[in-house]
Amino acid sequence: MASAAETAKARERIELRNRWLLSAPALLIILVAASGPLLIVFLYSFLSPGPYGDVKWQFSTGAWVSVLLERDIFDDTLSLADAHLSIFLRSVKLAFITTVFTLALGFPTAYFIATRAEKMREVWLFLITIPFWTNLLIRTFAVLEIIRNEGVINTLMIKLGITNSPVQMLFTDFAITIGMVYVYLPLMVLPLFASMEKLDFRLIEAGYDLYATRFKVLRSIIFPLVKPGVIAGSILVFIPALGAFVTPSVLGGGKNLMLGNLIELQFGQGRNWPLGAALSITLMAIVMVALLAYVRNAGSSEVRHG
Amino acid sequence: MAKPFSVERQTGFTTIAVICFVALYAPIVILVIYAFNAGDSIALWEGFSLRWFASAAKNAQVMEASLRSLQIASAAAILATTAATMAALATTRTAPYRGLTFKYAFINQPLMVPEIVTAVALLIFFSRIKVATGYSGLGYLITAHTAFCIPFAYLPIRARLEGMDLTLERAAADLYATPWQTFRRITLPLLWPGILAGLMLAFVISLDDVVITNFVKSGGQDTLPTYMLGQLRRAITPEMNAISTVFLLLSVAIVTLFFFISRKRD
Repeated sequence: MASAAETAKARERIELRNRWLLSAPALLIILVAASGPLLIVFLYSFLSPGPYGDVKWQFSTGAWVSVLLERDIFDDTLSLADAHLSIFLRSVKLAFITTVFTLALGFPTAYFIATRAEKMREVWLFLITIPFWTNLLIRTFAVLEIIRNEGVINTLMIKLGITNSPVQMLFTDFAITIGMVYVYLPLMVLPLFASMEKLDFRLIEAGYDLYATRFKVLRSIIFPLVKPGVIAGSILVFIPALGAFVTPSVLGGGKNLMLGNLIELQFGQGRNWPLGAALSITLMAIVMVALLAYVRNAGSSEVRHG
Repeated sequence: MAKPFSVERQTGFTTIAVICFVALYAPIVILVIYAFNAGDSIALWEGFSLRWFASAAKNAQVMEASLRSLQIASAAAILATTAATMAALATTRTAPYRGLTFKYAFINQPLMVPEIVTAVALLIFFSRIKVATGYSGLGYLITAHTAFCIPFAYLPIRARLEGMDLTLERAAADLYATPWQTFRRITLPLLWPGILAGLMLAFVISLDDVVITNFVKSGGQDTLPTYMLGQLRRAITPEMNAISTVFLLLSVAIVTLFFFISRKRD
């Protein structure tokens, strides 16, 4: 005779089995077409390049060495790979500048939305989300049309007599930055808004009552309270900006490479798949460090706020 | 007279917010306006015309790429939503169990890896399978799209499930409904708005993808975004504006619908 405890245990086991069966398709697809292939990238970074792309199955640390160093073709000495290094630095710099600009623009915007009446708040929020769901390529193309030599800005400046000839903006780092700020701005506003929505305005009022200036209120009350949103938004912008491919490819015109374009180049014309794989792992490592820093920071600030 | 003092107002914030909204929409609006330009130039306005829409409609490559985009997005959205719904049922309304945190992390993993890295990973993996099996159809693109759409479908479905009242399901079970009957008659109808929202998000996300598609596709498998990327590197005509405008309208329509469906939740 089965006791009540035993049947309960059996039921639990069936439930557990069902839970795994139900989640199996999702886990399997992600394993096959997202997580699993990442392991292959790691493996490929330790192989030798094949003559026509792909790899030779031969262990080599050559790809990892050439991520940072380059071998001189004449005397076989190693020196820092200036080209790679400058692309790394440019990528980090552009991603950082993008984060700072989206924050400078997004912070007041999120604050503006959070302080509207409830009904209007939804409308403004909706207006922010629409561009976010619009195709990234189309938005990049829209920026291209505005800043190109015959674009709206140059046409206007010439008509107003500010310049005689069009100012070259397209195919520069400036163009890439403008484009990235434009496409990633909603990603900054949304998490900022989420934390500002919960802002307790009585604290701000208390600040003013105690003769704090507006700047002081902003710095000592508002900013610390919405810091989790600032960090979340910065992470959400910084990570895709660092690996950006479409925007620098369209607005940078193939000259101003970012890390994403460098990786693509190794799989295309460069035909150096191991190097491309090693660069991909490097990019992922930077992203993981940023994510870990975020988790640490978000975790500790939660503890502090109780 | 000065406006009454409000603690909520911060100097200059409204101005910046307005600039932001104008800046967000101005480029898109200009892009749409030039889609109706009669001239060949994308800089000079020469009067209103629909000729570029007609020329895009007559462009076989554009139509073929659009059709392929819709095929892939429909297949990927349906597959991703089905898998995500099942996974959401298995990860909500339950006491924490071993493997639950792992499942969350694993399902959301495609969101955390830079797209370009996933793209090259799939390029390597699928090119091996292509050589080994000889198959080079749309299956690869659909599988890849399904994988990165799953988290987007999963999130709204999970949110809906978490807010759901359990009493109706318990009542059904008390009245001797089988688990399947309870699911079909109670859970599924209540969950439907979440599933629909997830489906639409997945569809838009798949429709928008450029990077992964660009790496995974075989020759002659352009989707609309990868076709556009190719064109942007060559000559640009107002036909691009016309294609973008139609594409834009489609996305905006779906997202608006999503907005209203998910609002009905409350």
